[in-house]
Amino acid sequence: MSEKKIKVLIAEDDADLMDQLDIYLGGRGYEVVKAYTQKDAEKIISEKEFDAAVLDLMMENPDSGFVLSHRIKKAFPKKPVIIVTSVTKETGFYFDKEHDKNNWIKADAVIQKELRFEQLEKELKKLLGR
Amino acid sequence: MENGESLRLKLLIVDDEPGMREGAARCLRNLSFKETDFPEKITFDIYMAETGQAALKEISENSPDIVLLDYKLPDMNGLEVLQNCDSSGFLTIVITAFASLDVAITATRKGAFDFLAKPFSPDELREAVKKAAKNIFMSRKVRQLQEEKSRIRFEFVSVLAHELKSPLAAIEGYLHLIDERVKGDELASYDSMIKRSVDRIASMRKLINDILDLTRLESGKKKRLIEKIDPGETALYVYEGLALKAQERKIKFELLYPEKFAFGADRGEMETLFSNLLSNAVKYNREGGEIKLKIEKKGDFMEISCSDTGIGISREDQKRLFGEFVRIKNEHTRNIEGSGLGLSILKKLASLYGGEIKVSSEYGKGSIFIVTLKEQAAAVQNASAA
Repeated sequence: MSEKKIKVLIAEDDADLMDQLDIYLGGRGYEVVKAYTQKDAEKIISEKEFDAAVLDLMMENPDSGFVLSHRIKKAFPKKPVIIVTSVTKETGFYFDKEHDKNNWIKADAVIQKELRFEQLEKELKKLLGR
Repeated sequence: MENGESLRLKLLIVDDEPGMREGAARCLRNLSFKETDFPEKITFDIYMAETGQAALKEISENSPDIVLLDYKLPDMNGLEVLQNCDSSGFLTIVITAFASLDVAITATRKGAFDFLAKPFSPDELREAVKKAAKNIFMSRKVRQLQEEKSRIRFEFVSVLAHELKSPLAAIEGYLHLIDERVKGDELASYDSMIKRSVDRIASMRKLINDILDLTRLESGKKKRLIEKIDPGETALYVYEGLALKAQERKIKFELLYPEKFAFGADRGEMETLFSNLLSNAVKYNREGGEIKLKIEKKGDFMEISCSDTGIGISREDQKRLFGEFVRIKNEHTRNIEGSGLGLSILKKLASLYGGEIKVSSEYGKGSIFIVTLKEQAAAVQNASAA
């Protein structure tokens, strides 16, 4: 495989989920760039070191994922962004891309937790056009 | 309740005699009172009605808290007024010139709170109104407390559910990866996943035990056995259980116990206390760090100070530290397991012993937790006393 590995920025404060995504995506030919905080993710974004991003919604701020996706889409409109969240289960606050008519969620997809790794990879593949 | 400072109640006076209405209003208008058993000041807004119909209109429009209701009205009697409205929102004091027992009984049956016979003195009127106002105040207080209690319980349960769900999700994730053989057929490749799962299960068990400790402390149902214990010895005994973890990370432990003393306390509670203090000092310490535990007797009190050379707690985080399920999230704490209940258990224990817990900490340098406890009198339930 001469193809360059696709770098996926994962912003996630749960160390286990991060570890699992790293193992899963790593096993499927992706390179995971880890950010455990919104702050770390911002640094990685400014250094442009990623091809796609998977962002947890709630990290050190309750809207970390939204803020990060906004920042990414502003600088790199073509890089796929997926927001992962358990906010619906925890607060009853529901949102998805279909109902977001004003397009204020600057992400390409929203996936609800508990996250299924296959589902995430499928979504990533689709957005990356692979 | 209104700012917790004063309580305004709406009072409706229903009487067909203008002199009676005015007189009652005059005597109640400036009535405001404050008593030792409730902190709020109670004052009244006064409304008036001269017929039953007018009273019903006032009741539906102004929803009064107290209704002073004359029994004999031109268009209906007082009981008919009560029958024709929802009288559950107010307390009724029925006034009548015909001081018959019959009327009093019927009125009370129809939901009247009190009964005032004409003629009555201004003081009697004021007393009756005060009694009704106190009743309203107390029942509102009770309702407020119940609402607060159910809100807190709801919050506790939802946070608890979250805290139990997250280790489950983690374990499920690892099992899923193992099931998929993501790392091939070599069993050893899965060691770290299995270890993490086992760790998360252990922390889940710790969480459940902490909740049991906390609810036992809160319910006050746990039997306490107050006896003279040696606090230094108890601390060392507890530390033995943690020593292995401390040694793994080359953390040094020092007990400063200048003078041996006996202290009246429940042994189990003291063990819980030292265990929470010391396990935090180990968990949040740096590799090669130190723990100093100082135990001193100060009059009726014992002062325990536990200092570590760990990651410290920022000023901002210190403020919310003792709340339930509070875990400070930053890059240093990410891999440290905890239920978020340890410090609230410590706080509950300290207050159970008429003491307190304080923290002083510098981010990046370490923390000192100081607990003061008042010696407990040996329980009467001691068998030897019988």
